[in-house]
Amino acid sequence: MADKPKRITDIGAPHFSKFLPPVIAKNYGKWKYHEVIDKGTMKHVSETGDELYTVRIATPRLVSTDYVREMCAYADKFSGGHLRWTTRHNVEFFPAKDQVEPLKTALKKDGHLVGGIGYGISNVVHTQGWIHCHTPATDASGVVKAVMDELHEYFTTKTLPARVRIALACCLNMCGAVHCSDIAILGIHRKPPKVNEATIANQCEIPTTIASCPTGAIAPNPAAKSVKIKEERCMYCGNCYTMCPSLPLADAHGDGISIYVGGKVSNARGVPRMSKLAIPFLPNNPPRWPEVVQAVKHIVEVYAKDARKHERMGEWIERIGWERFFKLTGIPFTYQHIDDFTFARDTFRMTPTFKWE
Amino acid sequence: MSKDGKTPMLDDLEKGAWPSFVKEIKKAAVKSNTAKDLLNILERSYRDKVTHWKHGGIVGVLGYGGGVIGRYCDLPEEYPGVAHFHTVRINQPAGNYYTSNALRELMDIWDKYGSGLTNMHGSTGDLVLLGTQTDKLEAIFAETTAKGWDLGGSGSCLRTPSCCVGNSRCEFSNIDSMEICDTLTHKFQDELHRPAFPYKFKIKVSGCANDCTAAIARADMSIIGTWRDDIRIDQAEVKNCSKDMDIKTEVCDMCPTHCMSWDGSTLKINNKDCTRCMHCINRMPKALRPGKEKGATIMLGGKAPIVTGALMSWVIVPFMKLEKPFDNIEDLIRKLWEWWDEHGKNRERIGELVDRMGMRSMLESTGLPPVPQMVKAPRSNPYVFWSPEDVK
Repeated sequence: MADKPKRITDIGAPHFSKFLPPVIAKNYGKWKYHEVIDKGTMKHVSETGDELYTVRIATPRLVSTDYVREMCAYADKFSGGHLRWTTRHNVEFFPAKDQVEPLKTALKKDGHLVGGIGYGISNVVHTQGWIHCHTPATDASGVVKAVMDELHEYFTTKTLPARVRIALACCLNMCGAVHCSDIAILGIHRKPPKVNEATIANQCEIPTTIASCPTGAIAPNPAAKSVKIKEERCMYCGNCYTMCPSLPLADAHGDGISIYVGGKVSNARGVPRMSKLAIPFLPNNPPRWPEVVQAVKHIVEVYAKDARKHERMGEWIERIGWERFFKLTGIPFTYQHIDDFTFARDTFRMTPTFKWE
Repeated sequence: MSKDGKTPMLDDLEKGAWPSFVKEIKKAAVKSNTAKDLLNILERSYRDKVTHWKHGGIVGVLGYGGGVIGRYCDLPEEYPGVAHFHTVRINQPAGNYYTSNALRELMDIWDKYGSGLTNMHGSTGDLVLLGTQTDKLEAIFAETTAKGWDLGGSGSCLRTPSCCVGNSRCEFSNIDSMEICDTLTHKFQDELHRPAFPYKFKIKVSGCANDCTAAIARADMSIIGTWRDDIRIDQAEVKNCSKDMDIKTEVCDMCPTHCMSWDGSTLKINNKDCTRCMHCINRMPKALRPGKEKGATIMLGGKAPIVTGALMSWVIVPFMKLEKPFDNIEDLIRKLWEWWDEHGKNRERIGELVDRMGMRSMLESTGLPPVPQMVKAPRSNPYVFWSPEDVK
């Protein structure tokens, strides 16, 4: 290239002030209250009396450049060229009051789902899966699509006792940090890594590989310049594979999905809490993962029927007790449900006061 | 891909009400062989039930140690379009606001050099450009920086900080979360682009205890807005709210500290007992507002399970005023990094280091005093360490 542009580095992200709609720039820090108008529309009112309308739609997270251009076209036509993404992969537009309904009509006509606000199911935070990741135990986008095809009405119209945050991580690395979600869909491996003796000496540093195992399941095998796996100690976290590509543990039969429930990050009413194991394993059954879809739907429906207003899934379960959660959902309780890792003892019941079911 | 290039399993995911990522890959595949082979190799994964991506090699742009994730497929002869499929992380603007013009510029660059597929956004917060080749990276970097964008973090570095909408559109916000996020991002450019830590370090900023960025679950440093004085009450609006809801059941009875009462005409709050959980304010945003003496609670240690189990952040500073230029929080973060740098093992997150070495070591080296707000309860075991100075 003749006129190569000058190399620029370390400029960081552009300052957000370049992108704010004028009504937001003017009322920054002055917002007084908001109203949820419907599942896809909010109104914020400022101390100055100014009003801001927000319309929200779901995206599939993995999108094409043309999809982004389509969003830009809505923004140009209805939202002064301004738009934003939420932390849960939704898009938001900021139409003037008289443009709210025309925008929603246009979005719906083009097949977009308007919603995601308030008590229901918002978009599913998720990871890359088979699209792009080297350690997944399942796909991400496909599972989310299958689950939300079934539950999309909770995004657009139906309400639940409180918010139900669903998130998916395709392995224990949890790029999606799903461990504090109302329903966490988590890809898991169930078979120990297989040592690739042909490559390990060249590909991996043996001491760091041994040190990477949280349960001490990897021992040196100096004669072969390799390692041995104490298989009974392995809980398939995959940390060794991250450190050493010669220890693959992906397996079409061994891999699948587990479901954790009852976590949240909001501090409202009660402190944040981690999701806990409900279903230890469901098979990978692409393209629609019917077992996973049915399991998630069933848990949502039992919760919807039994929980009190404003009660998040974890708060509901704590009120009724885990023993009743398993009874109501009919989910079998197994060895896998009883913790045997770092914080296990905290989860044992140190009192004879419990419910029979 | 079956021999005829058909993708029947993925085609099924074009059906249904929820927006389809398969449609998006197909849109990109019209223009890009990379996207076309992504579709084909993904169909193969759906059939084989395993991934076809190998460990990433180290790729990047000159002078940076992160921001690009190297990715190669394990079947390059069959799927040459995705032999290389590297990811470029673009640092998102705080609050994820964009103008259509700025986004179109980015998309044009991406169509020129990449698959035409993107994640809006990745889990940490970056705008993720998905799928390009090693020889395109410098050109992508040159063109995006010329338009005012920079790369995000990857590897053992400060990962791209992220935040909630804060003051821009939320009356609950107690701190200027977007300005804090942007300022820290710029103060720490070197730490963000050149990995030199024991492991990754994430910063997330939420304006209130609703924690819309999931900072407590997902960030090593969680900055959570709060206030120190009394909740502001508009009694007339409380009365209005009582027309649509049962304030006693839905608000007072659900208050975790039982610090509120409602007699049908006046709402009383015993603010000394309030722990600022946000439930009552969430329920009655027109009637109740956070106090005026605002700042943040600083929490440390949150992370996902790898390596020794998931942790949630805990309090290390109960209240910190956060105002421009935010030097106090910068100073604290630098001290924490220094301590972590000195003691942390390879791939040990700062929360795990506190677990291993104890809070005291961290508190002493950062100069933070021990206070009861840091713990749910003091210890019950008698295995107490005393230093020689303690027993002088």
